[in-house]
Amino acid sequence: MTAAAGLVDRRDVSRIPAPLAGLVEFLRMMSRKPVGLIGLIGVLFFLFLAYVAPLIVPLQDQVDVTAIYAKPSFAHPLGTDFQGRDVVNQIVYGGGDIITTAILAALFSTLIAITFGSIAATVGGRIDALILAITDVALTIPQLILLIVIAAIFRPASFFALAVILALLQWPALLRQIRAQVLSLKERDFVEAARSLDLGLLHIIFREMLPNMRSYIVIHFIIAMTLAIYAQAAIMFLGLVPLSGKNWAIMLYFAYNQGALFFKDSFFYLMGPIMAIALFQLSLVWLASGLEDVFNPRLRS
Amino acid sequence: MATITPAQGELQIRTMQRSPLSRVRGNLGGMWGRPITQAILKALLTIYVTSTITFVLIRLMPGSPVEIKIDELMNQSQMSYADAAAMASGLFDINLNAPIHEQYFEYLGNLAHGDLGNSFLSRGTTVMSIILSVLPWTLFAVGTGLLLSFFLGIALGLVAAYRRNSFLDHAVSTGGSIISSVPGYLIALLIVLIFGIQLRWIPITQMRGAFTSGITPGFTPEFIGDILFHASLPITVFFLTHIGLWILSMRSATLAALEEDHVTVARARGLTDGRITTAYVGRNAVLPLVSQFAIAAGAVVGGAVIIEQIFVYQGVGLRLVASVNQRDYPLMQGIILMTTVCVIIANLIADLLYSRLDPRIGRAGGATGK
Repeated sequence: MTAAAGLVDRRDVSRIPAPLAGLVEFLRMMSRKPVGLIGLIGVLFFLFLAYVAPLIVPLQDQVDVTAIYAKPSFAHPLGTDFQGRDVVNQIVYGGGDIITTAILAALFSTLIAITFGSIAATVGGRIDALILAITDVALTIPQLILLIVIAAIFRPASFFALAVILALLQWPALLRQIRAQVLSLKERDFVEAARSLDLGLLHIIFREMLPNMRSYIVIHFIIAMTLAIYAQAAIMFLGLVPLSGKNWAIMLYFAYNQGALFFKDSFFYLMGPIMAIALFQLSLVWLASGLEDVFNPRLRS
Repeated sequence: MATITPAQGELQIRTMQRSPLSRVRGNLGGMWGRPITQAILKALLTIYVTSTITFVLIRLMPGSPVEIKIDELMNQSQMSYADAAAMASGLFDINLNAPIHEQYFEYLGNLAHGDLGNSFLSRGTTVMSIILSVLPWTLFAVGTGLLLSFFLGIALGLVAAYRRNSFLDHAVSTGGSIISSVPGYLIALLIVLIFGIQLRWIPITQMRGAFTSGITPGFTPEFIGDILFHASLPITVFFLTHIGLWILSMRSATLAALEEDHVTVARARGLTDGRITTAYVGRNAVLPLVSQFAIAAGAVVGGAVIIEQIFVYQGVGLRLVASVNQRDYPLMQGIILMTTVCVIIANLIADLLYSRLDPRIGRAGGATGK
C-alpha cells in the first residue's frame, strides 16, 4: 500500500515501535498543514471538555436569584444565566450530549450509506435504480423542514432516538458518494481478481473494497458529525426536543426565549454556547481537511 | 495498490453530486425532448411521494388540534367537556374521525386540484393562500442571498485559483472555510447580539416583518427600498453561509480545469488570457457548481426556518414554526410540499442551465472547445 510506503520516507523511524512510528509520522504529516493540526487540537480539546472535564469540575446547577445575568467575574468567567447559574459550568457539562448524539447519528448514517451504497453499485440493475430513486426523493425534500416536523411529531426524548432520526435524514448524500466510489473500485484489477476467484459478494464488499475506502469513510464520518450537530442544534434551538438540562443548544434556546438576547449584560452568556458550537464545527471541518491531505498522496507535496 | 484518494474536502465532495435530474438526462443522452419528459415525470413522482410521507407523518402526531382546543376551552371558559368538544368541532370543519384511507384519498384528490385544504387555526383561509402570502418573501431573500454569494464566490474562487498559494489565496480560502463551517443561525444570532444589541448599529426591531406596516405595496422606489431594508439581514446571512462554499468549490474546479489539455493547447495557440479564462477555464469550472446550486437551494430553504425566526422575517419558515406549535396539520403538510416543489423547480432550472453551458451536451452549435 502506498499509504504505508509513504509513512517511512524521509526520516528513519525504524527504531521506534511500529504503532508509535505510525502515530509520529501521522502527526508530522498533519503538522505540515496548520489547518489540519488546529482542527485536530480543537477536536481533542472539545472531546476532553465534554467527556473528561465533567469528571473533574463539580456540577453547579443551583438557582441563585441574587446573581441573575451577572457580568463576567472571577467566580463566573462568562457570567450567569437567567437563573443565576454559572455559564462556564454549563458549557463544560453541555457538550457531552450533543457530541454523543452526533457520533451516533454519523455512525448510523454511515452504516446505512455504506450498506445500501455498495449493494446498489455491486448488484446494479433494478435494485440500483430503486435505491437511487429513493435517494433522489430523499435528497429533494428540504431536510431541515422535514426534521422540524418529524421532531415535533415524535418528540425524541433520548439521544439515541434523536440520533436515529438525524441519521434517517442525512444518509442520502453519503450514499451517492459511496456508490460512486464502489462503482470505480469495481473495475479495479484486484476486485476483478477476487471476482474471478469467486470469493462472494460479501467478501468483495467488506474485505476488498471497504479497506480501500477507509480514509474516505473516516472523512465522511467527520462531515456527517458536523451535519448532525447543525441539525440537532437547530431543532433544539426551536425548542422541539424535550431534552432538559445542560446542553449548548438548549442554553441558546433558553437564552433566546428568556429574552437574554436583548440584554446588554448577557453578551458573554450567549457567546459561550455560540462559540462552543461554532468552534467545534470548525475544528471538525479543519480536521477533515487535514486528514484529506494526509490520506491523499496527490495533494501532498 | 493505491489507497483510494478521497475527493478534496467536504465542499469539493459536494461538488461531485449532480442534481437528480441531470443524472436522468445523462442516462438518456443529450436530446431535449425525452429527458425533459422524464424529468417532469420524476418531479411528479417526487411530489407524490413527498405528499404521502407528510400525510402519514402528520396523522401520527400526538395531541390533535381538536383535543388541544378542547383543553384550552375547558381551562379558559370553565366549560364542561361536552360543551367544549361541541364548540371545538364546530371550529374545525374537518372530520378527523373519518377512516384514515378516506382522509388520504380526499387529500390526494384535493391536491390534484391545487387545493391544500384549509388552515385549522386561521378559519376560512386556505393553506395555499397562506403559503402564497409568505413563500415569496422567503424565496426573495434566499434567492438574492444565494445569487449574490454565487457570483461573488465564483469570481473570488477563480482569482484564488489563478494566484495559487499567494496571500490572497490563503486569505480567501481560509476565510471561506471558516465562514462556511459556522451554522447560519449562529451567524444570525451573532449579528443580533453584536450589531443589534451591543453596538446598536442595526435597528433590529424595526427590521422585523417583510415590510413596514402602513406602507402601500407597489412598484414604488419607497416600497422596494423598504422590502430590501427588511430583507437585508436574512440576505446577509444566506450570503455569508454560502460564499465560502462557492469560493472553495470554484477554486478547486478551476485548479482542475487549468490542468486540462485543451487549456494548454489554447495557450499554445496564443489565445488571450481573458478568452482562455472565460471560455475555456471558467466555463468548465462553473459547470459542477450549477448543479450544486440546486442542492444548496434545498438546504438554504430549510436553514431559512431558524434565520427567519431569529430576525422575525415574515417568510415561510416563521409560519412553519407557528404551524408546528399550533399543530396546524394542513399548513405543515402544505409547507413541506410547497418547499419541495420549489427545490424541484430549482433543480429543473439548474438542469436546463447545465445543458446550455456544457459544450458537450445541448445543441451542436454550442460547442466552443474541441
